[in-house]
Amino acid sequence: MIWVAVGLTAIGCYLLKLAGLSVPPRVLERPLVERVADYIPVALLAALIAVQVFSRGHSLAIDARALGLGVAVVLLVLRAPFLVVVFGAALAAALVRLV
Amino acid sequence: MTDAPLDPHQRTSIIRDSLGVGVATGAYGVGFGAVSVASGLSVAQTCALSFFVFTGASQFALVGVIAAGGAPISGALTAMLLGTRNTLYGLRLAPLLAWTGWRRALAAQVLIDESTAMSVTRETTRAARLGFLTTGISVFVLWNLATLAGAVAGNAIGDPRTYGLDAAVGAAFLALLWPRLTTRRNQLVAAAAAAVALATVPVVPAGVPVLAAAAVALLAGVLTKDEPR
Repeated sequence: MIWVAVGLTAIGCYLLKLAGLSVPPRVLERPLVERVADYIPVALLAALIAVQVFSRGHSLAIDARALGLGVAVVLLVLRAPFLVVVFGAALAAALVRLV
Repeated sequence: MTDAPLDPHQRTSIIRDSLGVGVATGAYGVGFGAVSVASGLSVAQTCALSFFVFTGASQFALVGVIAAGGAPISGALTAMLLGTRNTLYGLRLAPLLAWTGWRRALAAQVLIDESTAMSVTRETTRAARLGFLTTGISVFVLWNLATLAGAVAGNAIGDPRTYGLDAAVGAAFLALLWPRLTTRRNQLVAAAAAAVALATVPVVPAGVPVLAAAAVALLAGVLTKDEPR
């Protein structure tokens, strides 16, 4: 099942890239399409964060992952590089689980 | 649009800047590799994603949905929705890069945030192509090598929760989202999307809450009139 998803994602994402380089601009270059396309990454990433950090199965949960996210916020405010943010959050969650 | 040869100084500066972006971005691949195997994908599946999907946010989205227990198909849909922004990049770059046939088909694979950023502002086709290819190819090579390294390391260390790698997924998404949170509208869209996702977690199958949040983007697009930037 994961391989099917990997294959579908690969084909879909490639065709989306190729479409942009191939389709005449007037087909997609409309204000509404552009606005929605700008909002989609914001909405999806925010939703992914929420689900990833604050849910477990079908219930909401606050645990070490929330602390990791808090540490990520602090590191982003301090303009830390991507890898520092990602592994800093992991380290914080790992440490709080040791306690 | 002129197509005069590039002067050596301009050529060097485009290549240097593009390689810099390539190295910095490619290194994120370690994070993706580690997070992906922590989410339950195999090393081979993780590497296949970096090679064939090759667009970071979509790859993180697919493994994120699977990590949350969602159906892989929901993850694929989320990944494709995130991939739509590459279509818009392509629309802007097509007249500038001016490739056709097999060259365009190959170039499409390295059409990502970074290669767009390093070519869209160039004034000639030669300069745009140089920035696009140098950035795209260097990110591609390093991203794939780094993914393999991260996946192998992640696989070797055992239960990912011990190392907090489940918390790393949320942090990676936040780091991708962060640069977009500069406008009030985007902040509102993000807050509403997170609220919709959490509100639907108890009542719909895993993976669907994230797709439901895409409706917030649609609604915001319909409700706002002028440029969101």
